[in-house]
Amino acid sequence: MSKVPADLKYTKTHEWLRTLPDGNIEIGITDHAQHALGDLVFVEVPETGRALKAGEPCAVVESVKAASDVYAPVSGEVVAGNPKLANEPETVNTDSYGEGWLMRVRPAAGGPAAQLLSPAEYEKLQQEEGD
Amino acid sequence: MAFIPHTPADVEAMLATIGVKSIEDLFDEIPATLRVKSLAGVPDELNEMEIGRLMSERARADGRPLCFIGAGAYEHHIPAAVWAITTRGEFYSAYTPYQAEASQGTLQLIYEYQTMIASLTGMQVSNASVYDGASAVAEASLMAVRANRRSKSQRILVPTTVHPHYRKVAVATAGNQGLRFEELPYSAGEGVIATTSLAKYEGEDITALVIQQPNFFGRLEDVDALTDWAHARGILVIAAVNPTSLALLKPPGSWGTKGADIAVGDGQPLGVPLSSGGPYFGFMTTRMEYVRQMPGRIVGRTVDLNGRAGFTLTLQAREQHIRRAKATSNICTNQGLLMTAATIYMSLMGPQGLERTAAASHARTRELVNGLTRLKGVRTAFQGPAFHESVVLLDRPVAPVLKALASRGILGGFDLSEHYPELGSALLVCATETKTSADIESYVGALGEVMQSVRAA
Repeated sequence: MSKVPADLKYTKTHEWLRTLPDGNIEIGITDHAQHALGDLVFVEVPETGRALKAGEPCAVVESVKAASDVYAPVSGEVVAGNPKLANEPETVNTDSYGEGWLMRVRPAAGGPAAQLLSPAEYEKLQQEEGD
Repeated sequence: MAFIPHTPADVEAMLATIGVKSIEDLFDEIPATLRVKSLAGVPDELNEMEIGRLMSERARADGRPLCFIGAGAYEHHIPAAVWAITTRGEFYSAYTPYQAEASQGTLQLIYEYQTMIASLTGMQVSNASVYDGASAVAEASLMAVRANRRSKSQRILVPTTVHPHYRKVAVATAGNQGLRFEELPYSAGEGVIATTSLAKYEGEDITALVIQQPNFFGRLEDVDALTDWAHARGILVIAAVNPTSLALLKPPGSWGTKGADIAVGDGQPLGVPLSSGGPYFGFMTTRMEYVRQMPGRIVGRTVDLNGRAGFTLTLQAREQHIRRAKATSNICTNQGLLMTAATIYMSLMGPQGLERTAAASHARTRELVNGLTRLKGVRTAFQGPAFHESVVLLDRPVAPVLKALASRGILGGFDLSEHYPELGSALLVCATETKTSADIESYVGALGEVMQSVRAA
């Protein structure tokens, strides 16, 4: 069973969200997602300043045999992409909820639009998908 | 052996299993108005004897003319060994194998090809080839849009000194994907990009600039200044180059301070014969930073479990069997057989051989232009350095002159009036190392006579 920290929100497409003290939202992919992809060899994060619409592809995570899109869980403006991942994409494998964050977003007014899952709901989703 | 492995009984059983009456029913969703009942203009089948005779007659009708046409495809000497080796059974397949790693020899050959092309262009990484020079420019434009993350406009500057077919194919391929190709004019006296035309793009969001070197007129662009101009404004540089010329000219990887970002071209001059327009192949290279945005197959070198060197397809997450609709391209393929010929050609020629070919072609073209412009009513269109092509202006219409020359077994050049009507009676001529001084004198003599018989406009 993969880790599902209790203090985060989740999406059906395996992203996690953390609300930072400054109100921005940090986004990454879950432990389940990194495990399913295998060793990552490349991560493409969005440009700072890019305006995101909830649900649109905004990053790419690539392993040896697959590449997947990461979908924006909220609308807003990208305030940072994780610069560490350009040279150390494996950080997403080793610390998916910490150093392996993908981007930080200043959410648009109106709050998160996408349907976010609680940790319990996300664990249930994983079980249904046969973790 | 039957080419279709299914018997009528097999077909019936399969249709019955999925509950469909006939194969035609499988295509029901295509509206009747879009369906073609039969192929128009396709003649009935011929047997081997008949087709053999027909093809010999056609070949005879082509004759063996003395060719002074370049315009994107060049007649170079091809050592006999090139196609003797290329057509060996081990190589004689036009496609990258699907179970690629089972074919280590094929992969090694592609790897050697990539190494040679990267070395020739001075770029860091090459793919396994694409269809031709024109499609390479189109793919490079799409790639530039993905690679230039600072630019949102999808505007590509394409000088009119770029091959007209390349420009047309780029628009056809990428025009409906939101890319806008904007033409830059050339300076009338010099036949190179008019740098004064660049001023209006100051402060504009431009994705990429295409520079062809030598350009379609055979002239040399100021690639260093153009590259630095583009890079200072966040514009990527796509180089479209003639591979033979790179034995003498500065490779795109060294253009300006930073070098071109993507370098492409038609590989035909490297061992591929002129053959009614193809098949040729395109080459495509870039800097390592952008390799994930490059389309096409890439072969890498690796080691197996026992530490032995081996070759493998690499960076496949760019490709359609993994990325589907989001692949870097869904319409490119490796031109395996032509790329094989090019690799063998480059191996046989070596850097010195290629340099001698380039230098001889340059010298022959100068000799040709000097000869032609000795004639009354013939002058050069542009001043300044050129590689192995040049534009000459006639004081009478080009088409009847070319027709009269053709009847004497001479293909006198490429008539520019369709694509560059503003030049008037302009003819693009080319002489490679395959032309002797006697050939050139024979063309000059024939043109002199023909000019007398064709009335001035």
